[in-house]
Amino acid sequence: MLLLCITGLPLIFHDEIDDLLHSQVKPTEAPAGTPPADLDHLLANALARAPGKVPHFLIWDRDEPGAMWVSVGPTIDADPTNNLLIRMDTHTGAYLDSPDVTGRFTYIMLKLHTDMFAGLSGKLFLGLMGILFCVAIISGIVVYAPSMRKQRFGAYRAQRTRVVRWLDVHNLAGILLVAWTLVVGFTGVINTWADLVLKMWQFGQLAEMTAQYKDRPVPSKLTSLNGAVEVARHAVPGMTPSFVAFPGTLFSSKSHYAVFLHGDTPLTSRLLKPALIDAETGTLTDSRDMPWYVSTLYVSQPLHFGDYGGMPLKIVWALLDILTIFILVTGVYLWMRRRRAGVSQERAIANAASIDNP
Amino acid sequence: MVAHRSLSQIFAAPLVIAIVSTVGLISALVGDGWWDAVSWVALGLPVLLYLLFIWRRRPN
Repeated sequence: MLLLCITGLPLIFHDEIDDLLHSQVKPTEAPAGTPPADLDHLLANALARAPGKVPHFLIWDRDEPGAMWVSVGPTIDADPTNNLLIRMDTHTGAYLDSPDVTGRFTYIMLKLHTDMFAGLSGKLFLGLMGILFCVAIISGIVVYAPSMRKQRFGAYRAQRTRVVRWLDVHNLAGILLVAWTLVVGFTGVINTWADLVLKMWQFGQLAEMTAQYKDRPVPSKLTSLNGAVEVARHAVPGMTPSFVAFPGTLFSSKSHYAVFLHGDTPLTSRLLKPALIDAETGTLTDSRDMPWYVSTLYVSQPLHFGDYGGMPLKIVWALLDILTIFILVTGVYLWMRRRRAGVSQERAIANAASIDNP
Repeated sequence: MVAHRSLSQIFAAPLVIAIVSTVGLISALVGDGWWDAVSWVALGLPVLLYLLFIWRRRPN
């Protein structure tokens, strides 16, 4: 848990850290209302930079509207986590750069934080740790009552020995942060299930939507990407495209472009809605809201990351994270102290108290 | 030291803080601008209270 709290701290500010440590080519300044480049043109430019590779995803940059990403892999069924990311200019369709993010400090922190470089099993292990963290918080609430029987709320006995002071710090910070730690802990657990949720969606709703295409051969030539995105925009008015999954990737069928769109409020911008476009004819096959388990995952993401309320919220998030580290450290100390003494916490404190006030 | 306190006395203040934090967690999801500000204040409150309680007893 300590590892998670410590690696999580820089991740709160990962955008800022990346900006600071790594320079990026700036996209051209486009006055408001400039039409975006033709996506087929943009894609062709990107692929010219990556000979022999095939596109998996086309992604609109959430924070930098002037830039888009093309994610390419060696084959269409290759593991997308090893993909090369190519950054493109949204308005001119020109190549910007293709940074190798895997050597970055934030990437290493992210890997340590999400799967400890151990893939799905690492994720699920950390998920289990997260569940234990939530159980520990709840048991903490239970033992808070007897330990506060004789204390006012917020008591901090600064004059006492370390074990009493640290118990007070542990109790005070623990009870103050209880709602936040539970929410961040539990939403973190949900995030570890992301891969499973994706698989469930793939075999559930996605399979249902594309059932009639199951036995169709893979289209030999894909229709216009730009056209597919336009059809999707019209099919789902009021929403903005977030990314396109190419036919044959995890997020789509073999014969569809899957265009995922999002809304504009902080909440609906997290909820994606796919529009499946037949990659042979360029017409809309189906568009449905994602099932509840995918929506739950998407809503739990900002609640874990703390990236949904501007910089002040990130700072508050960091402070809360530091206090959580205090809770963990004092908790481990109190536990070891109790183990060593072989007596109950209350006894240790009573002893300490009697030494303080004979 | 105070006399023995009942469960409701012990958990009254924590419950209020937990509710305020929850409001803070949700408000920034609902909207921008003022909603964000509500969340900064509501989630900043526990940090502030922590510092306040620790500081209050420090000097002596």
